[in-house]
Amino acid sequence: MDPSDYEFLSNFLMKASGLNLGEGKAYLLESRLIPVAQSLGLSGIEELVQAVKTMPTPQLKTSIIEAMTTNETLFFRDKKPFNELADLMMPKILEAKKLQRKIRIWCAASSSGQEPYSIAMQLKECIPELSAGWNVEIVATDLDNQILAKAKEGQYTQFEVQRGLSIQMLMKYFEKNDQGWQIKPEIRNCVTWKQLNLLDSFNHLGQFDVIFCRNVLIYFDTDRKKQILDRMAPQLPKHGYLVLGGAETVLGICDSFNRAKDYRAAVYNPAHAGIGLAGTASIRK
Amino acid sequence: MVKMLLVDDSRTVRLVGRRIMDKFGFEVHEAEHGEDALKVIRDHPDIDAVLLDWNMPVMNGLDFLKALRSLPLPKQPTVMMCTTENDMDHIMLAMEAGANEYIMKPFTEDIVRDKLEVVGIL
Repeated sequence: MDPSDYEFLSNFLMKASGLNLGEGKAYLLESRLIPVAQSLGLSGIEELVQAVKTMPTPQLKTSIIEAMTTNETLFFRDKKPFNELADLMMPKILEAKKLQRKIRIWCAASSSGQEPYSIAMQLKECIPELSAGWNVEIVATDLDNQILAKAKEGQYTQFEVQRGLSIQMLMKYFEKNDQGWQIKPEIRNCVTWKQLNLLDSFNHLGQFDVIFCRNVLIYFDTDRKKQILDRMAPQLPKHGYLVLGGAETVLGICDSFNRAKDYRAAVYNPAHAGIGLAGTASIRK
Repeated sequence: MVKMLLVDDSRTVRLVGRRIMDKFGFEVHEAEHGEDALKVIRDHPDIDAVLLDWNMPVMNGLDFLKALRSLPLPKQPTVMMCTTENDMDHIMLAMEAGANEYIMKPFTEDIVRDKLEVVGIL
């Protein structure tokens, strides 16, 4: 790939979506964007760059951003966050919300839906009392409208349902059809889908008891990570939790969260709660 | 070290399975059908897990599974069916006969790894 095309696309993605491509990701650009170019009748990256320069239609921009921000995902990815949601977070949330009896969970980068559906299945399996008069809302957001439409449908291939999902869960919560496997309405209806750029305001979303923001901050530079995390903290009440990906941390990025005690997953309390391992997020780069 | 028994009448499937299990550091045994697999189990009653095809000559996977579950072994192995029979009725039959997991062919290394994690072998 021509270095000037790489630089152009890198800058374009940073401005349009905040995605920080960094250096040495030519293979990623090519593997994701050559199919986009071909679908538009273009020969490759060079012509795609020319098209963005000369005819930057919203549709073209969206196609590029969506191709670059879609991730591989599987059900119950990393397991620990889901187990700790049921075993450690939920008992405290149930206590804190026993009067309102309403629980809200946000999946901030829901991709093709495996994470919000895994949360819904985990809660059904492990917290049976939720079916007795509790209102549970799982809000799933993603930048990519196309992937949101797929996620909402809850339709998965045979390969996808074998990634991270036990056969017992497959039999219980999915129906087989001609296209593969579709998640049952009882789980689908637990999730609300919204298009959202994490660089935009979260105010209209309201407050959540738990925010899952896993494996997405890696795409942003440090300033944008801090900005996103600082704006997530007020979306959580004192008893709320932020869950990051296993290899992610707020350490050296922002002071808005403290690492939660007794968790093996990357779970944080909002600093305004005054709990958690104080000081763990106070080292700045 | 995990002792894994691959039961499949296809040499190619056993070869692919062995390559995957080798990566996980497992001790791998092979059998071409259910009867052959029962012999392996008698010789190695400490087999930890079985990756089991359904349709095979001599003795099919379901009959092997039923026979295996009736054996007085010190510890019953974890059984993962691995078959092209991917409808609910077949899955249900296998689970009722004592299967622990179910892989629908064609499989990939990622799927095998995920399923081994689900049953706690990895």
